[in-house]
Amino acid sequence: MTSLSSSLLLPIIVFLPLIAALVGFILSRNTFQGQLNVGFAFVQFLIVVLMTILFLDEQSYQSAVYQIGSWGAPLGIDLVVDGFSILMIGLTGLLTLILTIYGAAYYADDPKSLRFWPLWWLLIAGLNALFVSGDAFNIYVCLEIIGLSAAALVALQSTRASLEAALRYLLVGLLGSLFYLMAIAILYRSHGTLDLAQIAASSGNGLPDQVAMILITIGLLLKIALFPLHFWLPQAHANAPTPVSAILSALVVKASLYVLIKFWFEVLSGSTTFGASQVLGVLGGIAIVYGSWKAFRATQLKVLIAYSTVAQLGYIFLLFPLSEHAANTSSFSGSSFSGSSFSGSASQAAIYFIVAHACAKAAMFLSAGNLILSQGSGDIAQLKGIATREPLNVLIFTIAGVSLIGLPPSAGFIAKWLLLTTSIESGQWWWVLVVLSGGLLAAMYLFKILSLAFDNTLDDGAVQRQPKALSSKLLTSSALVLALITLALGFNAEFILNISNPPVGVSGI
Amino acid sequence: MSSELLYSLTGLGLFAIGLLGIVVAGHVMRKILALNIMGIGIFMLLIAIAKQDGSFVDPVPHAMVLTGIVIAAAGTALALNLMVRLHRMSDPKQGKPK
Repeated sequence: MTSLSSSLLLPIIVFLPLIAALVGFILSRNTFQGQLNVGFAFVQFLIVVLMTILFLDEQSYQSAVYQIGSWGAPLGIDLVVDGFSILMIGLTGLLTLILTIYGAAYYADDPKSLRFWPLWWLLIAGLNALFVSGDAFNIYVCLEIIGLSAAALVALQSTRASLEAALRYLLVGLLGSLFYLMAIAILYRSHGTLDLAQIAASSGNGLPDQVAMILITIGLLLKIALFPLHFWLPQAHANAPTPVSAILSALVVKASLYVLIKFWFEVLSGSTTFGASQVLGVLGGIAIVYGSWKAFRATQLKVLIAYSTVAQLGYIFLLFPLSEHAANTSSFSGSSFSGSSFSGSASQAAIYFIVAHACAKAAMFLSAGNLILSQGSGDIAQLKGIATREPLNVLIFTIAGVSLIGLPPSAGFIAKWLLLTTSIESGQWWWVLVVLSGGLLAAMYLFKILSLAFDNTLDDGAVQRQPKALSSKLLTSSALVLALITLALGFNAEFILNISNPPVGVSGI
Repeated sequence: MSSELLYSLTGLGLFAIGLLGIVVAGHVMRKILALNIMGIGIFMLLIAIAKQDGSFVDPVPHAMVLTGIVIAAAGTALALNLMVRLHRMSDPKQGKPK
């Protein structure tokens, strides 16, 4: 069997969505457009499955490298796949397939689909290219492709609120990328290369590396929307069309997070400090409490889910203090780690959390979008008694909510369990309180929705809306598939943990 | 003072001015301009880096600047488009965007 490095799969995974974007642009008036795009998504999914099989086939889970045009690292651009990136590509392939099916049903007979599909595939091309990129400047280009297409997708609704949200999202994204670009300029000046592996090999604890790490962290935190920099996220995610909301919360914020984790633990791991990781952890903790509180107070269903994303992203930032401590203990036991490393239980917990949250949040956005379509309004107050009309979508919402709260047997339970055991193992018990209270707060805002949904008492003052039947069964069934995946992940945790465990780390690069 | 240092410091200065502009500016147009000034600051720094050695010019930063200009143009175009559409949506008689 050929290995992943020698096969053409790495460039294909970048080019396929680009071709789909061009085809979507040229054949924009084709009546079979929906089927065509689902076909592209299916082919991409097959390629991703093949990539994963080839990656797992190699015993040591070594990172695969493809040299574009055989130029090699300092001159050309390398595509690199390690355990973390193969998981992110797999997640992207799976969610793209389900969300494209949903999008085809959502945009059936809608003239907006002319603009939707090219932007949609550009966004996915940017995501795929980012996850296989091994070049610092290439990552900047990918971040911009993602940022521009995502902002344009948010603006697709053409309402005043969505245009304002898109403009703010775009400006914040551009600002974050400029911080990143500044850091790349500094890195190039002191290392003379843009290849991540070569920068990692020559990076140390010098002033240029530290300044670059600070700039990268600030720039990417803007794009990830960690607590004080989250101001743009709720409006952007809530005002986008439903499939776009789902991919923004599930994958787009995770893409910036992926870059931050890569720089923090692999490329510039020498310049990270214990204090900085504690700051990120504290901000993550505040994000959990504050995001949950704002979600509880929200009056619009999609705003509630968007604030829940702010809160859930906070959990992932507990990775930084937790793994820092793990690195310190391992240096006591003889191995010579300098700074933090991305291996062991903390990184497993974070990666698992990323996967679990992506599936649960996408399922939740899709079911919420269905409820809003059926109800004709995004007001939470209008959801009263909707469980009798849309029982399946309320069930999907509940399953996704169970995972977000972290109750067994969902993926969210395993993710939180890993975080809890890691915090106790590393002796940082205070994070346990944050994780547990975050679960309680999540239960508060989700049960508020559910108690309304199951409330059948009629009150006279409420306007009785004419409920609409959903236009396509695909809308509900694609959301249901995502909810089932969320449950299945809870039973097959070993698979994800095995992929992410040995290869991700300093040794992989 | 070598010309490379002069260009580098000017680039850093432009970056700082642009950053200040984003934080302080009230109008969207000013924010877009401030972003462009930040970008130009970085491009200037990159061009200075390309001539670090003195004996030869490194083409890689030049390629980065070219790519960066294209991206900045695309981002600015999208931002201006969104701004104009918002402007048209607000009351046309007043002629002032909010």
